[in-house]
Amino acid sequence: MKKLGRVYTVVIYLFLYIPMIVLIVASFNTGKDLTTFDGFTLQRYAELFRDRTLLPLLGNSVLIAVLSSVIATVLGTAAALGIHSMRGRIRSVVMSVTTVPLMNPEIVTGVSLALLFVFVGVVLKVNSILGFVTLLIAHITFNLPYVILSVMPKLTQMDPHLREAALDLGCTPVQAFFKVVIHEILPGIFSGAIMAFTMSLDDFVISYFVYGPNFVTLPVEIYNYVKKPLQPKIYALFTLLFLMILSVMVLMNLMQMRDEKRRKLQRPE
Amino acid sequence: MSESLIRLTELSMLFDGETVLDGLNLTINDSEFLTLLGPSGCGKTTTLRIIGGFLSPTSGDVFFNGRRINDVPPYKRQINTVFQKYALFPHLDVYENVAFGLRVAKLPKEEIDKRVTEMLGIVSLSGFEHRAVTSLSGGQQQRVAIARALVNHPKVLLLDEPLGALDLRLRKDMQNELKRIQQAMGITFIYVTHDQEEALTMSDHIVVMDKGHIQQIGTPEDIYNEPENAFVADFIGESNILDGVMLADYKVRIFGHSYVCLDSGFAKNEPVDVVIRPEDIDIVPAEAGVLTGTVTSVTFKGVHYDIIVDFGGFKWLIQTTDFQPVGAKIGIMLEPDAIHVMKKSVYSDSFGDYSSYSDEYDELEDDPEGLCDEE
Repeated sequence: MKKLGRVYTVVIYLFLYIPMIVLIVASFNTGKDLTTFDGFTLQRYAELFRDRTLLPLLGNSVLIAVLSSVIATVLGTAAALGIHSMRGRIRSVVMSVTTVPLMNPEIVTGVSLALLFVFVGVVLKVNSILGFVTLLIAHITFNLPYVILSVMPKLTQMDPHLREAALDLGCTPVQAFFKVVIHEILPGIFSGAIMAFTMSLDDFVISYFVYGPNFVTLPVEIYNYVKKPLQPKIYALFTLLFLMILSVMVLMNLMQMRDEKRRKLQRPE
Repeated sequence: MSESLIRLTELSMLFDGETVLDGLNLTINDSEFLTLLGPSGCGKTTTLRIIGGFLSPTSGDVFFNGRRINDVPPYKRQINTVFQKYALFPHLDVYENVAFGLRVAKLPKEEIDKRVTEMLGIVSLSGFEHRAVTSLSGGQQQRVAIARALVNHPKVLLLDEPLGALDLRLRKDMQNELKRIQQAMGITFIYVTHDQEEALTMSDHIVVMDKGHIQQIGTPEDIYNEPENAFVADFIGESNILDGVMLADYKVRIFGHSYVCLDSGFAKNEPVDVVIRPEDIDIVPAEAGVLTGTVTSVTFKGVHYDIIVDFGGFKWLIQTTDFQPVGAKIGIMLEPDAIHVMKKSVYSDSFGDYSSYSDEYDELEDDPEGLCDEE
């Protein structure tokens, strides 16, 4: 039985990771054909780094991901603090309202955001409102719930007396947050930020509806590429993206492990 | 220890429509050790949190040195708190935990160093400066919490069941330690506990609370020897609470016998509650006693035996150093000072006789811990 279970686990992970492995192998393949591996080459990567259109687009994506995740983290943490201080019923209602956008089909979020932006554009008499700003606002919007949801548990785990102890020792509420509370919820803030970053980096559906011709992100542009025959240098790009996300995830897990260890130490009794 | 430092007037507190404090009036003197004592949910922690500024009362006023401080936030009060589970800052070491309040107050570095070092000496933690607080034992964390509060030289120190998490031996040591620190520094301590023995050991005055009301305020001796009503009598120490009738001054009738007592000022034939402490009852041979009964259970308690004696269906708890076997017929004598007469109160019927005593025994011992008005 135990052996069967292990085989099952291996099969599941194979299914999950085989597509990535195929892609990574293809990115190092000299041949044009995916089905035969002719030889090892870094040619695709060289092509990629010489490319004048793809790399700036990756830069755009990273820029939006960094900005939107940082802003969403600040706003989301503030929101979590506010929600945490609410009482009973109101708090659970607000928490449900927070999770709804996560469940909402992305395409619906995308279309509704686009409609909103166009409406605002008409009201403000701006001709082409879609662009960097709308893209950023859209990304912040869909990132917020991730931050709130990862900060909230840290706030509930925290000994509520810690904040009171800080106030008791002369801190104003703002000082109490920066001197004490933030140290307790930092792991939650980090994982929220990382999650927001990864969500934003590879978002296509929502971005597709709110981007403008002047500012395009990588996933949106790649969609246009897919209509034509796919160039092998794209494999190299995908491999790099995958490794980027992978290392962010590993970092996050390491941090969670450290946090858990620390919390175990805190309760020796 | 004379003039009043804190005054609470007509303090009431409602949580979600439930009354937690009901018209509390209390005056706390400078430099005294005052204990708020009561069972879970009696409002003692709520009172403490109102004094600390973490809650504002629904109605009523809090005065500090004659000034109304209802709306003064905690960080502007000359009051510091030792929290139930210490609430030490896990990201700071022992030294920085203690120095926290002084750093916030922006004192000069040398001053901070001097005061922290001195304070760690007082709580016997010299040499622990750079240890992580998470690596300390419960008793040590407790002392860091006390040092962290006292280093700010507050006028008042609030302590919320600070010894609840410690084992018995450590608790006794810390009780003496706290009393010593309080006397040495001359600071007002307001101490919250549900442990009557702790309250009797340390306090100058005890405030016994139940259901948001003060039941009695007095010195430990007053509270133990002259309980005001059946609740206080039952909560502080063990007691037999009986129905009686006051025949005249210094004369009370219990079970058809009349006894000489030391109480007066009741109306003629007024029904009263009578408290007889289990250790005040003298056991005599059956034929010599005013009352005779049969021993129904014996528990060895170390210093004495707890025996339950059945007097015609009504069971008493008696503490004696002489072993009496189950089934033995014994007599008892009551000296006038063993009988304490109280006015009837809402609690009169709650603590009738001890017929169900043996079943409740364990529950009486283990008062549920720490659950008191967690709000």
